[in-house]
Amino acid sequence: MSHHKLEVRALNYMYPDGHEAIRNISFSIRHGESVGIIGANGAGKSTLLMLLMGVVFPSHGEVLIGDVQITKKTLPIIRQRLGMVFQDPDDQLFMTTVYDDVAFGPRNYKLSETEVESRVIHALEMVGIAHLEDRAPFKLSGGEKRAAAIASVLSMQPDVLLMDEPTSALDPKSRRRVMGLLRSFEHTKIITSHDMDMVFEICKRIIVIKDGEIAADGNTIEILANPELLEKCGLEVPLSLQNCPVCGTKKGD
Amino acid sequence: MKGLEFKFHPSWVYYFVGELIKMHMADALISPAVGGTMWAVTAGVTAYSIRKIQNDMDDKKIPLMGVMGAFVFAAQMINFSIPGTGSSGHLAGGMLLAILLGPYAGFLTMASILFVQALFFADGGLIAYGANVFNMGFFSCFIAYPLIYKVLTRKGITSKKIFAASMCSAIIGLQMGAFSVVLETLLSGKTELPFGTFVLFMQPIHLAIGVIEGLVTSAVVTYVWKARPEIIEKAANGEALGNISMRKVLSGLAIAVIIVGGALSWFTSTSPDGLEWSMAKTTGKTELEASYRIHNIFSDIQSKTAFLPDYSFKANENEEETMNAEEEAWPAVSVGTSVSGLIGGTMTLALAAFTGFNISMMKRRKKRENVCE
Amino acid sequence: MDNFTNILYNMRLLEDLARKDTFIHRIHPLVKFLTTFFYLIVVVSFGKYEIGGLLPLIFYPMLVFLFAELPVKPILKRILFVMPFIMGVGILNPLFDHQIVDFGGIALSRGWITFFSIFIKCGLTVTAGLLLMATTVMERLAAALRILRIPRLFVLQLLLTYRYISVLMEEVARTIRAYSLRAPEHKGIHRSVWGSLTGQLLLRTFDRAQRIYRAMCLRGFTGEYNSWENVPIKFSDLIYLIGWFLFFITVRIYNIPMLIGSFLTGVIK
Repeated sequence: MSHHKLEVRALNYMYPDGHEAIRNISFSIRHGESVGIIGANGAGKSTLLMLLMGVVFPSHGEVLIGDVQITKKTLPIIRQRLGMVFQDPDDQLFMTTVYDDVAFGPRNYKLSETEVESRVIHALEMVGIAHLEDRAPFKLSGGEKRAAAIASVLSMQPDVLLMDEPTSALDPKSRRRVMGLLRSFEHTKIITSHDMDMVFEICKRIIVIKDGEIAADGNTIEILANPELLEKCGLEVPLSLQNCPVCGTKKGD
Repeated sequence: MKGLEFKFHPSWVYYFVGELIKMHMADALISPAVGGTMWAVTAGVTAYSIRKIQNDMDDKKIPLMGVMGAFVFAAQMINFSIPGTGSSGHLAGGMLLAILLGPYAGFLTMASILFVQALFFADGGLIAYGANVFNMGFFSCFIAYPLIYKVLTRKGITSKKIFAASMCSAIIGLQMGAFSVVLETLLSGKTELPFGTFVLFMQPIHLAIGVIEGLVTSAVVTYVWKARPEIIEKAANGEALGNISMRKVLSGLAIAVIIVGGALSWFTSTSPDGLEWSMAKTTGKTELEASYRIHNIFSDIQSKTAFLPDYSFKANENEEETMNAEEEAWPAVSVGTSVSGLIGGTMTLALAAFTGFNISMMKRRKKRENVCE
Repeated sequence: MDNFTNILYNMRLLEDLARKDTFIHRIHPLVKFLTTFFYLIVVVSFGKYEIGGLLPLIFYPMLVFLFAELPVKPILKRILFVMPFIMGVGILNPLFDHQIVDFGGIALSRGWITFFSIFIKCGLTVTAGLLLMATTVMERLAAALRILRIPRLFVLQLLLTYRYISVLMEEVARTIRAYSLRAPEHKGIHRSVWGSLTGQLLLRTFDRAQRIYRAMCLRGFTGEYNSWENVPIKFSDLIYLIGWFLFFITVRIYNIPMLIGSFLTGVIK
């Protein structure tokens, strides 16, 4: 049995109009790792996530989840192991109550209602919104919606969590809460984000994407403290690592 | 005789016109017979549409129908300002739904929009729901779309064709819908508005509305076609004309007409006056003459088919009350009974108020007790 | 813009009220739906000149108001606002039917009689409908529809429409607001942008539908969503249904105010 939870080999993806979105990407992720995928807009982060979820299929190369290659046939199994949280929670909360949204996944697995209920309660408690189970989604704040969207994926008990910009558009407190949640999860985590500081705190490993290729893949501290590399890729050093805005002294290591 | 004369206030015209513009029928203006028949017809069309969609099952259609329903609901609020006049028009969306989703999905989406409107806003009643879905969904999706829009765009899509097809189908679809509103209202017998006047108001107004609908639909479809032609092409191909054979449509319509016509003429016996009265008005015959004969026939049928005994039909027939006898369930006009009626009515309302007051007092007391504990 | 907020407010009001916990709220949704439906049929089946016979039917909405502890003012406001539009062509009855009828010494035109009849029927039917939604949440209503064998495709699609109305309304409102800030003298949207403004919203709707579909698939959706809330029917629910059923039928058959009135006048004599 492989140690690698997720393996990407020589992945290529081309849009119908000929634009090559992903060019020869390879990496592997171990069980329990938390990986941040960063890059400028249009670099290919979202497309990469789509390929990892099997939403689109590569023109060349393969994606393996725990030794199972993603093909049309293996999709149902794959999707049980991966959970994806979208950027816009409104796209993910499509039922009329939080409970029903979180129950949607388990119900599709044809579990008994009692089993469904225990999974829903557990997932809601994990994200700390058990008191909102009967709330309608339009009545939730941004942070609560985000938490509900995460819960709706957790209830399927995936091994790997894929998250697209989990802290975007959140107020500071909600952002802190989401970050706390992410830190507490033991799943393998793959997170795309523009929030350099969040990625710095949560992820041990960073993959930098530039123009569809991997520009860097390694330790968080090494990559995020490298201003030249980040500038080249259209990014910036996290604010927490930049010079002090008041007195200008460089931050210590 | 002292008369209670109420002046007619001109602001009421606003409401009247407003009602004419909205095609939603309210429960109070529909009879159970008409409502029930239209429910049956709509249920049939809905079941058929669902089966058709399930067969070429594209799961993707479900969220699309859902969100498009929400979109049309919201888009109906948009004020499209009409050049030249100071007023604005609105989109009903029937044709747009048919063009973008196909007739079956479009019909179902229209049905759910109307369902939400009926339940949450009383825009259209529940009994009248079947009629409303039929008036606002059937004609655009199953008549105007296949017979006009598809035919005009059969040989390829261009902006000119989109314009012509949208205009014609929107106008004709709305004309048919408006006319069926007139028929259903009159056959329900709750209005005194004569057929001629009703039609004279309804059709031209909905002609204007149809023009706006056509223009907006055409503009939107053209935009979408230019920006993302695959959406329009896919919609057009997905529902090839072959799937909806004209023969099926026409025979379906014929069956609907027969059912509706048959049931309604059967039940029209319970309210002969509405139709006759407007007949009299438009044909100029004296009311007594025309209606007396017809009334006899109808009252025979009625006494044999009345499905609920009507207590108040115990009218005493006088000569001068032949006029009244032709009306359904007009209580006898003697002083005695009308006084009883007044007293009884007042007592009922008083009883209701008394009961209500007591219950709310009891509840308030209970709440206070709970709080103090 | 006001329109959008108004409509959303009204929907949310009913939504919030529906989530209260009272005896009425706990009644099975199908029972409430059938009771409402039957009530409407009875109201609507009264003849065009009936006024008195209708009056006892006011007990139903009144009792629901009380036992469901619903706030009267906002709902009443909604009803009164909607009444003139609902009455529609009925409003004109006094214009067309001038035949004077003697009503216990007072002369009224027949058109007014039918007007009041329609007025009362409108009030009763609109109230009954709103009360149904003020005491039943949408997902339970959906469960009731499923029990009635309405296909799950339609019910799921209905739920989605309901769910996304607020999202779409806000999106459209935002777009209109942005437009009117740049075109303050325009009352509505100008002909030149009819296509592009609405079309843009439409395209974004298509994209959103795509994303929702994706989210559904990633959580295992295969077109069959079978688990609706299983609400058991209690004995008290049946009593509720049968009780109102009998009351409505009695009111329909016997003109109760007339009975009360003749009894009292008889007693006086």
